[in-house]
Order: sequence, then C-alpha cells, then structure tokens
Amino acid sequence: MNIYYKKYIPYLFLLPAFVILTVFFFIPFFQTILLSFQDFSNDIYNPVFAGIKNYSALFHSKEFYGAMFNTFMFLVMVVPFLAVFPLIVAIFINRKIRGIGIYKVIIYLPVVVSIVVVAIAFKWMYAQEGILNYFIELFGFNPIGWLTDTKFALFSVALVTIYKGIGYYMMIYLSALIGVPKDLYEAAQTDGAGEIQKHLTVTVPHLMPVIALVVTISSVSALKVFAEIYVMTKGGPLNSTKTMVYYIYERAFENLDLSFASAASVVLLLVILVFSVINITCFENERYKP
Amino acid sequence: MIRKFIDGFLSHLFLIFMSVVSLFPFLWLISTALKGDSENIFQYPPVFIPKEFTFKNFIGVWHQIPFLLYFFNSFIVAAFTVILNLIFSSLAAYPLARMNFKGKNFIFALVLSTIMIPFQAIMLPIYLIVLKLHLVDSYGLTLGYLGLILPFAVNAFGIFLMRQAFLIIPKEMEEAAFIDGCSIFNIWRKILLPMSAPTLAVLAIFTFIGSWGEFLWPSIVLTNKALYTLPVGVNDLQGMFSANWRYIAAGSIISIIPIIIFFITMQKYFVSGQSDGAVKG
Repeated sequence: MNIYYKKYIPYLFLLPAFVILTVFFFIPFFQTILLSFQDFSNDIYNPVFAGIKNYSALFHSKEFYGAMFNTFMFLVMVVPFLAVFPLIVAIFINRKIRGIGIYKVIIYLPVVVSIVVVAIAFKWMYAQEGILNYFIELFGFNPIGWLTDTKFALFSVALVTIYKGIGYYMMIYLSALIGVPKDLYEAAQTDGAGEIQKHLTVTVPHLMPVIALVVTISSVSALKVFAEIYVMTKGGPLNSTKTMVYYIYERAFENLDLSFASAASVVLLLVILVFSVINITCFENERYKP
Repeated sequence: MIRKFIDGFLSHLFLIFMSVVSLFPFLWLISTALKGDSENIFQYPPVFIPKEFTFKNFIGVWHQIPFLLYFFNSFIVAAFTVILNLIFSSLAAYPLARMNFKGKNFIFALVLSTIMIPFQAIMLPIYLIVLKLHLVDSYGLTLGYLGLILPFAVNAFGIFLMRQAFLIIPKEMEEAAFIDGCSIFNIWRKILLPMSAPTLAVLAIFTFIGSWGEFLWPSIVLTNKALYTLPVGVNDLQGMFSANWRYIAAGSIISIIPIIIFFITMQKYFVSGQSDGAVKG
C-alpha cells in the first residue's frame, strides 16, 4: 500500500508519550547515575565530582550490606513459594468443579485491596497478644514476636507479600493451564498415572516457561518491596527488615543523602536489570518483538 | 464414583481453606471494628462475633478522618491517570504497530528499556524534577494533583498492550477508510480505538487499580493533608490512633469499600484471564 501519511505523522503520535517518558524516565535515569558520582556534603546546591567515592563508601557500609542481605533473604523466602503454591491453587481451580467462580473471586480479592490495608490487617494479627499467637499457644508453643523479634520480622513481612501475591500468580497460571492439551492428561491416565503424577509429568513440564516467568516477575517485585515494610516495621527491629528500596528511601528522603542514595539506586538498578533482561529476552519476547 | 466424589470433596475442602485464608485478615478487622469498649479485643480465646455489637467505631473514625476527601483525591488521581494512559499509550502504539518511519527500531528499543528501569531506583531524581516543575502541593492543589498523575501518565506496558491489540486489526479497514477520505487521526480515533475496546478496558481497569493502591510516590510528594490519597490517609490512622485498634480497623475497612465494589462489578475482567500479563500495580 502507498504510504498514506506525511513523514512527520508517526512522530506526532509518539510525542506525548515521548515527553512523559523523557521527563519522568530518561532524565531521572541519567541523573541517578550522575548523582551517584557527585558529592553533596559541602554544598547541596554545588556538588563536586566525587569519582567512585560514593560507591566505595557504600561498599564499606555495614548497613548497605545488611540491606542487600535482607533483600536477598526476602527474595529467597517469597519467590519459591509464589512460583509453586499459586500453581497448585490454579490446578484445583481448573478442575471445573462447582463454585469455582466464587473461589476465584475470593482468592483474587487480596490482589486488588491496597497493600497498606493488608499490611495493617496483618500487623493486627501479628500483635503480641494477637490472634496468631493465640493459635501458636494453642499448639503448645511460646508466643512469637512476629514484628518485634529480629529472627522473625523479615519472615512476617514476607508472609504479607506472599498473601497478596497468590491470587495474582494464580491467574497467570490459570490462563496458561487452559493451553495444556487435554489428550496428554488422558494419555498419562491410561499409563496409570495418579492425580499428582499426572501433573508432575504433564502440567509442570508444559508450564515450565510460565513458571520461569513467574519466578522472574516475582523476583523483581520482591527486590522492590517497600510498602509492607514502611507500614509494618519501618525497617526495624534493629534493621532486620531494612531492604534495598527502604534503605534508599530512608537515605534519600529522611537523611537527604543524595549521593549515597543514588549509588545504592544504581546498584539496585543493575540487580533488577539482570532479572528484567532475562524476563524480556527469554519469556516475553513474543510481546516485545518489533 | 466414590473416588470422584472424594476427589471433588477434597478440592472443595482445599479451596474453602484458601478462601478462608484469603478473607480472614479482613474478617478479623471487621470483627475488631464491631466490638464495643467494654469488650477486650485481646481476649483469649478470640471472640469472632462481637458480644457488644456496635457501629460506634465506624461512626467515630468517620467523623475524625475526612474519608470522602481521600476517596475524592484517590478518584481524581486514578481517573486522570487512566485517561492519560489510554490516550498516550494508544497514540504511541499506532505508529509502532502500523507505520514505517526513520528510527522506529531505536524508539521501540527505547520504550522497551523503560520496562527494565524500576521506578524505585530513579524516584529521587523524579522527585527533584517534580519539585523543579513546581508540581507539588505547596504550589497549589491542581499542581499537587499533576505531580501525582504525570509521572505515571504513560508506561511501556500500556504501549505494548495497545500495540498488540492494533496488530491484529486487519489493515484493509484502514485502507478503506483512507480511500474514503478519512484523516490519519480519524483512522486512529474511529477505527482502531473502537476495535480495540476490550484491550482499552483491560488497560483502564488495571491502571486504575494500580493508581488507586499506589503508596510510595504519594507518601514521598504529599505534604498537605488536603491532597492525601486513601493509602496515605489509611497509613496515617496508625499514627493518629496509635493503640486504638478498633478505630484503625474500622478506618481500614471503610477505606476498602469502594475498591471492593469496583472489583465485584468488574470481576469478569479480573478473573477471566484476559488480563494475562497486564499491567501490575
């Protein structure tokens, strides 16, 4: 077909998005990198070039290592569970029994409710004399300081993230399950495979790309965790729940330490970049093909 | 036959258990909010059905917290974020799906690259830019709203989602319209947009949920309580009523009513699988 538009037309269509992305994405991106090489300590309006000083300070900071470690531990607690458990739920939902519509809606509900409210609800259940400790004592254990004990606090926060994520990843699995050919199950059944075996030999291999996708998506969102921590622990007790984004937030907006926060941001950026690149090149390349 | 029955029974048992887990935190908040002053909310064993059933806490917190204002603020921010996302994403998606132009691949790569950069890593300079542009509440309410809306006015997920919707529309439609003398802008507005209505709806709904629940950015930029959105206002309950869990619980429950109604009425979009891979808030 003949080109039916003038040469400048495509750019005109792209312009609004381009302006927004430039002002709120590309400029901040380069500025983050720039700030991380500058020193603001003498005069906040006249930074001087600092070379890698901020980075070397960062990598000598115990607090930063603590934040990296906590973020990594958080990821390890959250991701395996979110990769496996929602699949199990999705398999149950996919069995076409009565009432799945209602089950789906109820299990998905926590996804749409604000994380702030979910975190408050859990904080209330985590109270020292709260309902969870009642059940713990019922089974003969000592009450746990869910959010006050450094051994448990990060785990307690991770539970909230898991709780809020199950419905979301369940839906991803559910739409993938529809694509698994039915005759494979029948074949497995005639081979004498039981219910569990059927899923291990058919469903799991078939959904491997989707499982991998869920692993990368949930990893990226675990690396970005913030609201749960802000609402429930503010990084405490004794920094035991201070993760990267919370650390950056604190440095940038409470201590006004621009250079340090920016250097930490660049580190976070690089870590997340690895996961995103894997995600885009391996699992979602269909959507992003030019 | 019996096997099948047991199978179904076990499935229901598991899904009922999951539903209980899913609802329990909210039910416990409701139970706490409905308890009267003489009732010990820390009582062991816990009491689910309040003995001294009362709406007092809901009324009390309603009078102290301007929930309607927070609803309004959240709604304005979410609604405009949705509108701008729909317009900007579908505008940008058109040339990326349909036209050939110089630098197309470069622009494509540029948009794609924004997916890999997390907001959290660049939020500090974004804040500095927003300050410089005076898009904060200390310069006026409208500017404050703009500061909440504009950084999220478009994103790569939306552009790619719309682009995919445009790709499957037959080219002949456009050609016919062009021969009939339709301008390029009208082809976009009168053919592509209506034909991709289902995708627009998905984008709208998920952008709305994301914006409605956004917490990090408003808690950074907002200083004026008159502009508080719901998540920020609800988080504030903790500071205001430090140990009064009846009020905190009642306030939290009030705050989720609008989104629950929205979710129930739009449930088919959420749980039908159309949203697969759609924007996550």
